[in-house]
Amino acid sequence: MTQYMLAVHGTVDDPEFDLEAMQPVFEAVDAVNKKMMDAGVWVFGGGLEPIDVATTVDNTGAEAIVTDGPFAEAKEWIGGFWILELPDLDAALEWATEASKACQGKVEVRPFQPEPPAA
Amino acid sequence: MDSTDSTGSADSTDSTGSTAAIERIYREEYGRIVASLTRRFGDLDIAEEAAGEALLAAVERWPRDGVPPNPGGWLTTTAGNRAIDKIRRESHRDAKHQAALMMTDDTPHEPTGVVEDDRLRLIFTCCHPALAPEARVALTLRLLGGLTVAEIAQAFLVPETTMAQRITRAKKKISAARIPYRVPSAEDLGQRVDGVLAVIYLVFNEGYLSSSADASPIRHELTSEAIRLARILRLLLPDVAEVAGLLALMLLTDARRTVRVAGGELVPLHEQDRGGWDRTLIAEGHELVRECLARHAAGGPRPGHYQLLAAINAVHTDAPTAADTDWAQIATLYSQLYAVSPSPIVALNRAVAVAELDGAEVALAEVDRLLLEGYHAWHATRADLLRRLGRSAEARAAYDAAIRLTENQAERGYLGRRRDQLA
Repeated sequence: MTQYMLAVHGTVDDPEFDLEAMQPVFEAVDAVNKKMMDAGVWVFGGGLEPIDVATTVDNTGAEAIVTDGPFAEAKEWIGGFWILELPDLDAALEWATEASKACQGKVEVRPFQPEPPAA
Repeated sequence: MDSTDSTGSADSTDSTGSTAAIERIYREEYGRIVASLTRRFGDLDIAEEAAGEALLAAVERWPRDGVPPNPGGWLTTTAGNRAIDKIRRESHRDAKHQAALMMTDDTPHEPTGVVEDDRLRLIFTCCHPALAPEARVALTLRLLGGLTVAEIAQAFLVPETTMAQRITRAKKKISAARIPYRVPSAEDLGQRVDGVLAVIYLVFNEGYLSSSADASPIRHELTSEAIRLARILRLLLPDVAEVAGLLALMLLTDARRTVRVAGGELVPLHEQDRGGWDRTLIAEGHELVRECLARHAAGGPRPGHYQLLAAINAVHTDAPTAADTDWAQIATLYSQLYAVSPSPIVALNRAVAVAELDGAEVALAEVDRLLLEGYHAWHATRADLLRRLGRSAEARAAYDAAIRLTENQAERGYLGRRRDQLA
């Protein structure tokens, strides 16, 4: 089994968050979540706050530097994601098809790297 | 501030509750009100809105009923009641209720002996490193200083809508990313205090030497606001020596403000009319520097950046005339400062003292080693040293370079005159 990340596409063109307008989407996503759990493939999932809430930490130099904002100015980013435990890419694409419909956004599918072999 | 213990005769406008007097009290108390309400209700927007409603209530009632004996307490209580009303009204709307629970304070109220003042939490939240530096400055001035968005926008010469967006965005981030509302733990405190001091000093410097061509050379509203914030911080953190150091530094700098510009031109330290310096501010600054020295003599940690800069300014303000300046001590202090903050700008300032001690030629050799071609003060210092050495053509080029690199009109005026006086 492989874990896949199904990342939801967020963009600058996304409409302002509107609780009422989003209600049908929430319901559709809830339904898909439940389906994933029932199928036993669900590992984790959730929506992220908008990109302008991001904070970046760089501790590659002499001291940790905390900055407001994402790695780089971008017009596209990850808006939320699922992590599913699945046998292969076809299964992942199938779930992504349902997920994209439910959340009304593009979904990117990426497998996790396999665990490094034990030494 | 002195309205609480005044006899009532000195400040008759307050007892009449004129709008100006109410606004002054409100501005003085704003940070305290917002800080206290934010801790109670866990939401900056609720706190600010309630504070605004309390002001409206004061404007309506104080002229009629008179100013209450404890106006700050009245405003805080009124604002608190308004906030409770609002939360009750909207408690059926779950989202708002959730928002009110978001910023929670999980630190116990420890009787540390320090004055319990929520403004300390507020200042650490406003100056959190996860916020953009310009947002930290804006939030601090807005929430702690009680300046209006329009005032802050004007101070930083950006359109009001831009400043409003910057503040709204920062508040949204505080809430969504859950930037904590608390005083940092002891191990983080030093570094986080440095961040707060940096914000205050930035406000001061923008007022003292405006980087903009459109602004007046010195903007007192910013320098005095920075000093006011530093005074609050000193009250809240009396044992942090760098806080005293920054306050002293700003007092000793601001004391020279009125004679620092004459006829639209910057007047350098050695040409200033020392009789025009503010002796009260200097006395307060010297007292703080002495306190820092005593702390150090008693085995405290070695003085930091701001304390050393304050000590340097204490030496300058101690000299009755420019010729009496103890340059050896200034050079020593700059060497100590270089050990703490090894920046070429510190080395440049040390070279100015070296010029007085060992002559312009030795100083010029030091200056020429520094890689500061993009910094107007480097060119201005070189220009002055070259002038003293009689190397007029090189001095002229250096003045030109310095003028090109500064937008401050008073500084340009001074540099232009010195250039035109060259042989």
